[in-house]
Amino acid sequence: MDTLSWVLLTLGGFSVFVGGIGALRMPDLYTRMHAASVTDSLGAILVLVGIMLQAGWSLATIKLIAILLFLLLTSPTSSNALASAALLAGTRPFAETPQEQEKSK
Amino acid sequence: MYYAVTIATLVTMALALLRAVLGPSVYDRVLAVNMLGTKTVLLLSVIAFLYGRPDFLDLALAYALINFIGVLAVLEFFRSRALRRSAERGARQ
Repeated sequence: MDTLSWVLLTLGGFSVFVGGIGALRMPDLYTRMHAASVTDSLGAILVLVGIMLQAGWSLATIKLIAILLFLLLTSPTSSNALASAALLAGTRPFAETPQEQEKSK
Repeated sequence: MYYAVTIATLVTMALALLRAVLGPSVYDRVLAVNMLGTKTVLLLSVIAFLYGRPDFLDLALAYALINFIGVLAVLEFFRSRALRRSAERGARQ
């Protein structure tokens, strides 16, 4: 149980770090959002479940479950709001769809 | 091992702050600040167990709530500004 928790914590720290690099290095807003959502979902799940295994059955576990559920509910919501606000303001995605590629040829 | 996660989270927070300073558009900055808030929640939860003080979890929960409401409020502000600008552009033409 202890080993599993350390494995989860290490993987969580790694994915948080990778998402941070991605959010800094990606070329435009939507790809950066993709990198940031890795840290928001995968990193948060791995780190919080890893801590939960360390805490055992206690009040701390219930608080951690509440934090995890809240993060899982809110981070997609704010990502969606951010993407729709950026699209409304006229930020175009970096990649072209196949139709746009045909048109520009 | 808690130290490794703490350091990874702190480095990621520094990267997110760098993106918030560099970010070409407003939305990049909002994205970076949102990410910084989520990393703060993770950092507070890890620190609660690093120092053996579980009351830090309450702070993490409160911070998650404040972060979400704050990001939505800022986005709503920028969205209404973008709508107003496009309406003005339409009225001028």
